[in-house]
Amino acid sequence: MNTLYDRLSPVVRNLAPSGIRRFFDLASQMQDVISLGVGEPDFVTPWHVREACMYSLEQGYTTYTPNRGLPELCVEIAKYLTKFGLAYDPSHEILVTVGGSEAIDLALRAMVCPGDEVLIPVPTYVSYKPCALLAGADVVELPTYAEDGFRLTADALERAITPRSKVLVLCFPNNPTGAVMDKEDLQAIADVVRRHDLFVVSDEIYAELTYGGQHVSIAAIPGMRERTVVVSGMSKAYAMTGWRIGYAAGPEPIISAMLKIHQYTIMCAPHMAQRAALEALRNGDDERDRMVESYDRRRKLIVAGLNEIGLPCHEPRGAFYAFPDIRPTGLSSEQFAERLLLEQGVAVVPGNVFGDPGEGFVRCSYATSVELIEEALRRMRAFVQNLAYHPVR
Amino acid sequence: MNDALRLKICDLLHENAKLSPETIARMLGETPDVIESAIRELEQEKIILRYSAVVNWDKLPVNQVTAVIDVKVLPQREVGFDAIARKIYRFDEVKSVALMSGGYDLQVTVVGRDIREVSRFVSEKLATLENVTSTATHFLLKTYKSDGVIYDDTDGERRLMITP
Repeated sequence: MNTLYDRLSPVVRNLAPSGIRRFFDLASQMQDVISLGVGEPDFVTPWHVREACMYSLEQGYTTYTPNRGLPELCVEIAKYLTKFGLAYDPSHEILVTVGGSEAIDLALRAMVCPGDEVLIPVPTYVSYKPCALLAGADVVELPTYAEDGFRLTADALERAITPRSKVLVLCFPNNPTGAVMDKEDLQAIADVVRRHDLFVVSDEIYAELTYGGQHVSIAAIPGMRERTVVVSGMSKAYAMTGWRIGYAAGPEPIISAMLKIHQYTIMCAPHMAQRAALEALRNGDDERDRMVESYDRRRKLIVAGLNEIGLPCHEPRGAFYAFPDIRPTGLSSEQFAERLLLEQGVAVVPGNVFGDPGEGFVRCSYATSVELIEEALRRMRAFVQNLAYHPVR
Repeated sequence: MNDALRLKICDLLHENAKLSPETIARMLGETPDVIESAIRELEQEKIILRYSAVVNWDKLPVNQVTAVIDVKVLPQREVGFDAIARKIYRFDEVKSVALMSGGYDLQVTVVGRDIREVSRFVSEKLATLENVTSTATHFLLKTYKSDGVIYDDTDGERRLMITP
């Protein structure tokens, strides 16, 4: 029988539903849950940014902005990106989007023809694959491993390349692994990318949350700028997730193509949120740096704690996630997450929702208070010890 | 002991005095021994003076009033403002004393059971001190924020429990 659903687009029907939905429903029904499952800062947007937005409303800034974003915001973004050695013309090479998410969608839609292959290192953030599929691409997943610190190796990339390979999507610092690619790592990847004439979409939303070193953008490697779209935004660095202000920076022809889609589908990012972003970029660095230092302290706390419990955890050098190995417990990621939630009231995200190689790991966000991290660690210790007495058959 | 580390420890303890040396050690990537001895030093050098809780007394059934008093004094030869400040801060009723620039010299905070008690202290004890030339008493009506803590903070947890 032809149901309403059957008549919908097969591409959409075939998209896998979000893997975290079930845990979300389960956790939402429970009391006294400590959530390490949140993928956003625990800070509220700094007051001077909120205040600037309110002032802009008082001033009546309630109109559309130019499609590509407020010109002064594009200027601030271009200025900001110079700290990573990137130089973009604010009037042609920057596009303000509704979160980094829109920029990813636009970049892939602008680059991909049906049948092209999009290469995505996994485990990674959940949006790239659906966006690529919606753009008509075939997705090739490149597994990364704990032994390599979940970095993509040039070797793995080289082996996956076919004549149809078109775009490589990078997300470093990585959600969910916290992996960071150093300059040398990126140079090796860049060699392969240039040789096979690929595009790169580099999601650098966690760039500011790089610990013990400076973030390196692949677009800063020679020969990469002309084929790379850098995606970033205000969400993670400035604690502005709900404002939905992201941006793309890249060579003019790609940004112009993206702008075309953006102007017909979105028109422009919300004006008041752009005003807030402007304030954050102009005057928010001190507060941002304080937040980063606070994450760094909690990062060290949770990594030491997880290792002590017997859940080996490589050092996450970026973002705000620890990605411990739970295989010593004999449980799958889903079993571990579900039982930990039901038995001890701690919510984590099973690693496999970020791609198959995430199986055997769980994502623990440390963007929560020190007290809650310590209590969560106590509960996880009790959970793991209890498992040891009642081994999985 | 290096200053950067001492600063970080004080920063953490000032934010939350309940943090254990073990927790601080992990957060700063040091051993608990190093942290413990640094804290001991900070205590001995009277850099850390006390560990206390920030209490919103308005929520407790206590009768207490706080007054902030602007005090003008005549500084004295050799000891300046210090001798008179010392005389003032010895009183138990006095919770804080600070030397100020501007229209007056010492800012004195006094806590008493009621307005009468505070008034009596000001008129009988404080104003009569030698070298105190004038006082202006302001009664505190409500504390909104103190030492970086917002008393009725409405910025609670608003995040979804699990997000990608």
